[in-house]
Amino acid sequence: MAKYLLLKHYRGAPAPVNDVPMDRWTPEEISAHMRYMHDFAARLEETGEFVDGQALAPEGTWVRYDGEGRPPVTDGPFAETKDLIAGWMVIDVDSYERAVELAGELSAAPGAGGKPIHEWLEVRPFLAAPPTITE
Amino acid sequence: MDEALLRSLTPSVLAILVRRGAGFAAAEDAVQEALVEAVRVWPVDLPRDPKGWLVTVAWRRFLDATRSDAARRRREGLVDQEPAPGHTPAMDDTLRLYFLCAHPSLTPASAVALTLRAVGGLTTRQIAQAYLVPEATMAQRISRAKRTVAGVRFDQPGDVATVLRVLYLVFNEGYSGDVDLAAEAIRLTRQLAARVDHPEVAGLLALMLLHHARRTARTGPDGSLVPLSEQDRGRWDTELIAEGVEILQTALARDRLGEFQAQAAIAALHADAPTAEETDWVQIVEWYDELTRLTDSPIVRLNRAVAVGEADGPRAGLAALAALDASLPRHAAVAAYLHERDGDLAAAARLYAEAARKAPNLAERDHLIRQAARLNARRRR
Repeated sequence: MAKYLLLKHYRGAPAPVNDVPMDRWTPEEISAHMRYMHDFAARLEETGEFVDGQALAPEGTWVRYDGEGRPPVTDGPFAETKDLIAGWMVIDVDSYERAVELAGELSAAPGAGGKPIHEWLEVRPFLAAPPTITE
Repeated sequence: MDEALLRSLTPSVLAILVRRGAGFAAAEDAVQEALVEAVRVWPVDLPRDPKGWLVTVAWRRFLDATRSDAARRRREGLVDQEPAPGHTPAMDDTLRLYFLCAHPSLTPASAVALTLRAVGGLTTRQIAQAYLVPEATMAQRISRAKRTVAGVRFDQPGDVATVLRVLYLVFNEGYSGDVDLAAEAIRLTRQLAARVDHPEVAGLLALMLLHHARRTARTGPDGSLVPLSEQDRGRWDTELIAEGVEILQTALARDRLGEFQAQAAIAALHADAPTAEETDWVQIVEWYDELTRLTDSPIVRLNRAVAVGEADGPRAGLAALAALDASLPRHAAVAAYLHERDGDLAAAARLYAEAARKAPNLAERDHLIRQAARLNARRRR
């Protein structure tokens, strides 16, 4: 039992095989893509492996503390940010191999021409609770 | 309300339903509903015969579900394919449940969840909270597990080793939620030990008790990890230690050594040392040699390298470590520790930082990064 984050990037990941931006897909292709993502999450819920899935808006704001009694400073968004997270899915699986297998399936979501995008997803393990028995 | 009582009644109530002819999956659902009902009703109106109450309510729920199910099946033109429940009076009902819930066809996560629900009497919500997953996910995991074992005959004896692995997981890999999984694992292992006369069951129980005894000493007031050598041994629970040692000695006397007995023996040697310096590392190395013979696990060899470093000096420990694959989890942490003992603070600091980057959990990462920082500060002075 281990949790993994499957991270999807707007920017910063290597280029996918089927590299056509979504705004050039047909509406039907977009629907098919959405359906695939939805079905994938539903299937994971059924296998008891789904924890969470969220999408993020591409633009964010940088915020930092600016001293006692002062409002926080905000900045950005910065167009040049190299790494831009698009969203994630959190899974709870028996092994790293299973996490990789599921990420592979998610990466097969259809894109332009109804063909798999082959999008690169980042698989990151969660830092878990420490085990009780250590020696 | 006495939740412990309620939970301890769960397996026998479930077994009664199965003996009356209910399929395992349907019976388990009905018992779960009865438990939820008991949590609601008992605080106001505790029945005189709690077990009888649970059986009555669970059986009623089962009949209700079966009736609506039968109606649905008639509509869909299906027949009931539930296998006939077998029954061999020779084997304890609760024991059968342990075997079924740890069946080898289940993945570890499913076996853990099913055991906690059907044998432990925890609710799906409690189990979900304990493992930090949504309740719907845990509910699906449990119902899939029940489907997986649906064809397994209830009267088949199982392998006690599979049950022990599940209980070990519950003890060792719990998050800290509302439910105390370590305590629950101990309760379930005690209950199993009362039913199975097997030295490895005793070995696992002893191992759990000996580690549980150190529980309060294991974390600092800020939640940080306190390593064994720095723990305040005055805070160890001497009663649990005494019980663990006694159970272990009885098991070892039977001369059927297994990995849990060997692990418990190592824990007992640590428990026996009044100070970290007085630890009998020579004997601990011997037990690691036994463990290596029994399991041949690389993790055991890694822990053995630490023990060798204490028994024969850091150079010997580093030599033992050199034979192991550097990609092993915690390899860098062990190397860092041995290099520090050997006086090579620069290498130790670098390795601690590397170990922190690879740490599998937050508490270890924080501990390791503090070690790196401590050494770097010392080197700057």
